[in-house]
Amino acid sequence: MMANRRPNGHAALSSRLDVERVRHDFPALLQKSHGFPLVYLDNAATTQKPNLVLDRIRQSYIDECANIHRGVYQLAERATAAHDAARDKVRAFLGADKPSEIVFVRGATEGINLVAQTYGRQHVGPGDQVLITAMEHHSNLVPWQMLCQERGATLEVAPIDECGDLIWSEFEKRLGRRTKIVAFTYVSNALGTVNPAEAMIEAAHRHGAVAVVDGAQAVPHREIDVKELDCDFLVFSGHKLYGPTGIGVLYGKERLLCAMPPWQGGGDMIASVTFEKTTYADPPARFEAGTPDISGAIALGAAIDYVESIGLGAIERYENDLMVYAEAALEKLPGVRLIGRPKQRAAVVSFMLDDIHPHDLGTILDRYGIAIRAGHHCAQPTMKHFGVPGTARVSLAFYNKTDEIDTLVSRLQEAQKMFRP
Amino acid sequence: MSDLDDLYQEVILDHQRHPRNFVRLPNANHQAEGNNPLCGDHVTVYLDIDQGLIRNISFQGEGCAIAKASASMMTSAVKGKTVAEASEIFKDFHQMVMGGKDPCFDLESLGKLAAFSGVSAFPMRVKCASLAWHTLNAAMQQPGAVVGEIAKEDPK
Repeated sequence: MMANRRPNGHAALSSRLDVERVRHDFPALLQKSHGFPLVYLDNAATTQKPNLVLDRIRQSYIDECANIHRGVYQLAERATAAHDAARDKVRAFLGADKPSEIVFVRGATEGINLVAQTYGRQHVGPGDQVLITAMEHHSNLVPWQMLCQERGATLEVAPIDECGDLIWSEFEKRLGRRTKIVAFTYVSNALGTVNPAEAMIEAAHRHGAVAVVDGAQAVPHREIDVKELDCDFLVFSGHKLYGPTGIGVLYGKERLLCAMPPWQGGGDMIASVTFEKTTYADPPARFEAGTPDISGAIALGAAIDYVESIGLGAIERYENDLMVYAEAALEKLPGVRLIGRPKQRAAVVSFMLDDIHPHDLGTILDRYGIAIRAGHHCAQPTMKHFGVPGTARVSLAFYNKTDEIDTLVSRLQEAQKMFRP
Repeated sequence: MSDLDDLYQEVILDHQRHPRNFVRLPNANHQAEGNNPLCGDHVTVYLDIDQGLIRNISFQGEGCAIAKASASMMTSAVKGKTVAEASEIFKDFHQMVMGGKDPCFDLESLGKLAAFSGVSAFPMRVKCASLAWHTLNAAMQQPGAVVGEIAKEDPK
């Protein structure tokens, strides 16, 4: 867990992950930005793509370019087989029992909306409650707000403390007989907080509610087993897992998915259709109307292959070490105020520097080739909690290295000089 | 880093540190609110307009250095001007930050506001510089207005 310092001042991380080697798998990391080597530190927004994924997209449009579940010719058979194989890869990756528990969606946001509009509409009525936390991304807030408004239900929000951790007693206090859904993020995209997911799910179940886990920031960084977690639903986005944009996953327990009404109507989600009546297909097809992002799903499978070739355990250890290093380096810089000091932090750190607005900081760093996120991170209520309009956010991936953190810190010092009166 | 120095000129940093007319105007007869939902910047512009003359102007709000300095320098630039003159300045200012190609465009005419010419090299920041101006424009046109998403007319 500790970052070792070499005599020359450069740091080596204890974990065994050859960062220089993995960087060569990502062609985007080799480019320059404004004449400087690109330092990409916005991995919570999206990740860069390895060659394995890029090549797989191209290959899928050559060798498997046909619609799935339809044609009887060879290309269509290959496309269907590759798409099915990708689904099974996701299943194994999440530790789910059956491929039918894996629904392909556009991303985490769509997955949450799907659950809200199907399971939610079916089970949440007037006077009922949906419980979220004060650190949710807008994607795990607005769909529930919409549902509650439509159904005459109440959206309850479990508060967080000054460190950015969930206040457990307040969370428990808000659980009750009327709580139908507990939706929370496993890892906060704005603060880096890792939530006690297992305990939250267990508490939700104790009160007869289902647990929806936003895994967008967790799935790329730690091993997840949906059966161990016992979550009812879990969503994540492919593009934050080194896969392409436009593809994501909704995991749902089989018995829940089977009892849910369809979401969108169209081809591929039916068992039979007459003008009088349509019988819907079983999950996952029931929730996948229309031609899906076939290539995206296949490439997501390749991204999972890639991540597994490195190993999520190794990834988590490396990113933890790098985060310890980054946090220490930032804290050493006078004028830095970390926003959120969670007990357990994932690969995200938010901060303010002096009274420099995060957007100015973002622009200055960009001119030195450093990409960070500046703003409210689609978590405006969370920002309000800390009394800031937004933050500068550094989010790491396993291809980042200590040198990049050093570069960041030295450029932050230049920004300070620039703004000092 | 010459374009950074162009963007964060001393006059801009000075207005950011010490914004002028940064109060709520008690006797305002026009006011408008401007928001940039993507970054969370917001500004309220207060005007005291008498027979087409901007007798007084002030602003309140929160934003980055560019947004704050732009609002501050805008208030200094249009105080005492007529609404028609202020609209002309807005047009020129807008053209400048958008990187207008009009060969007849005279940067000198903008006086101190020419300090914002560096913004055109930062397409993501054009909205920061123009938020207060769009809000002024709305306030001049009607007594109470809200400027919401202005992203559509500015480059991404």
